[in-house]
Amino acid sequence: LKRLKEWMSASSLNTEGAGSGAPRRRGKLKIFLGYAAGTGKTYRMLEEAQRLKASGVDVVVGYFEPHGRKETIAKTEGLEFVPRQRIYYRGSEFEDMDTAAILRRRPAVCVVDELAHTNVPGSERKKRWEDVAILRATGIDVLTSLNIQHLESLNDQVWHVTGIRVRETIPDWVVQEADELEMVDLTPRALIHRLERGVVYGPEKAQQALENFFTEGNLTALREIALRQTAQQIEDQIDDAVSPRIQTTRRAEKSDRFLVVISPEPHTAMLIRRGKRVADYLHSECFGIFVANDPRWSSLSPEEREAVERHLNFSKLLRIEVQVVIGTDLAQTVLDFAREHQIRQIFISRGNPAATRLVRLAKDMVITVVSERTRQR
Amino acid sequence: VQITQRDELQEKLRLLEIVPLIQRGDQWAMDLDAIVRRHPAVCLVDELAYSNPPGSLFGQRWQEVAYLLDQGINVVTAVNLQHISEQQDRIEEITGKRSSVSFPEAFLRAADEIVVVDVCADDLAGVADGAGDPRQERARKLSELRELALILAADVVENQLQTYMERHGIHQTWGTQERILVCITPRSNAREMIESGRRNAERSHGQLFALYVEQQNLSREAEEVLEANMDLARRLGAEAHTVAGQDPVTAILDFARAQRVTQIFIGHSQRSRFLPWVRNPVDRLIEAAEGMDVRVFPQH
Repeated sequence: LKRLKEWMSASSLNTEGAGSGAPRRRGKLKIFLGYAAGTGKTYRMLEEAQRLKASGVDVVVGYFEPHGRKETIAKTEGLEFVPRQRIYYRGSEFEDMDTAAILRRRPAVCVVDELAHTNVPGSERKKRWEDVAILRATGIDVLTSLNIQHLESLNDQVWHVTGIRVRETIPDWVVQEADELEMVDLTPRALIHRLERGVVYGPEKAQQALENFFTEGNLTALREIALRQTAQQIEDQIDDAVSPRIQTTRRAEKSDRFLVVISPEPHTAMLIRRGKRVADYLHSECFGIFVANDPRWSSLSPEEREAVERHLNFSKLLRIEVQVVIGTDLAQTVLDFAREHQIRQIFISRGNPAATRLVRLAKDMVITVVSERTRQR
Repeated sequence: VQITQRDELQEKLRLLEIVPLIQRGDQWAMDLDAIVRRHPAVCLVDELAYSNPPGSLFGQRWQEVAYLLDQGINVVTAVNLQHISEQQDRIEEITGKRSSVSFPEAFLRAADEIVVVDVCADDLAGVADGAGDPRQERARKLSELRELALILAADVVENQLQTYMERHGIHQTWGTQERILVCITPRSNAREMIESGRRNAERSHGQLFALYVEQQNLSREAEEVLEANMDLARRLGAEAHTVAGQDPVTAILDFARAQRVTQIFIGHSQRSRFLPWVRNPVDRLIEAAEGMDVRVFPQH
């Protein structure tokens, strides 16, 4: 519990302390979005880097994943690379982006491939997007690449579509905060063709990919998700004051605030994603609540305590404001909290024993009882 | 292809064979006969929305492209969103302008393949300095056009996905679509439920159903309200159904399972307060609706 409190008091991403400390403009972030590997994100990103360099901008490549793709590698010609750092961990040597070296070099623009990458063990930060935040905090603009399946809120949907649970995810707000998001599109057939020709992966990996992830159905579905996601983000970034068309669609439920009831239940992550996604869509605030019997959470087993901590951390990562409230009557405590915070919509898991009681008590509110969806194909 | 001084494009064209244009009056047109005689495997045709000069076999270029396709020639072409006839009203809403040339949306939707050429609006508009900057206004308009183009492309891709699933005998929903069932009674706050359901279904390009499980001995007034609710549902794009059933919960669940519903919208129950020994139907629905979300709304 102490750990949790420390964690909760610390800001989720403390980038202010990075760099020299002098206040400066935050670097811009531009994301090249694809619906799968091999659509040409990195190529487009490098094209942009070359264009910037040609117009006299100080550009470096902070991280580049060549994947042995000749045409892509050719696009790096003439660009300055900041060498990767070597990291020694448990007797093995790894290579990764050298953020400190980029900060010392201080370019105007830095190319950082694969935003969703998890850093090698022993790195200063766990995720590459955290390194990107550091670079931006010191005023460096970043060009980066991302595949749609890594977006946290789409995790369940991607699993439904492809049967694959993507472990490497990135919180939506990181992408929402990007100054620019550009979709790099290609037809699934063209992508499959590139894969078959060995442009994307080596022969063995290509064969495996074609049999599992890269089926025409999967790719078509992912492509649709990516197109809609990009369209949604563009709409979100248009100031609703200036667009009557968007204003009318957005205003409807905007005033509703959302609350997600957190529990040790295993499907809580899905519940949190669902609630946050709906709230985000409506540009509404989203809160999280965990109700404990007493300050020591003594009614929970150590495993349950750990699960709750994990779910609270996950909520914080998604920028949901979470509160731990003490109360013996879960449904009543949630309801009181909701009334106090002018919340009208509550998301609760079907497996939560207090779900039906909450529905019975909160007749003036919209309660969504979220089921775990089985994957049917 | 007609190029107006873009060196990069000249460079790209250098290695391609070009079928020369022909002159008609003071205008240039694509030489359809020459292309058919040459009969290539693939022909590039720029600017699909174009009105041909008088004396041409076809009035519009998209008709010429259709003709080439009929001749067995594959065509790669480029289109702008604002040239689609059916999008003219929305485009005008955003830009205040209508295009003088256009082609039907059905032509685009029938394409075998579509690729979005996406560029950030700021890149096109130049970097804006802040509010009041005309470039910012331009960037906003471009963003709206860009959004529409992406949504249209997503719709086309979705049709392709449906076709693919049919071809492969996949009958399940692909998990991207929400199928929402709104349960209607005379007492339900139908407008909120249906509107929320519609937004939800629209966003995922899913399906919206409205269901009324027949109740006995409705007052005349209640029947009128019910009819108004069902009308509203139909007007807002719901597929409205009425079913008979002794037990509403069972009837709702049977319908929901048959239609592969993902979310059930229902009004709060008010029975428990008066008949505490009868199990609350909403409770029963939540308990039985495995694999479906249940969203419970305040009643009038």
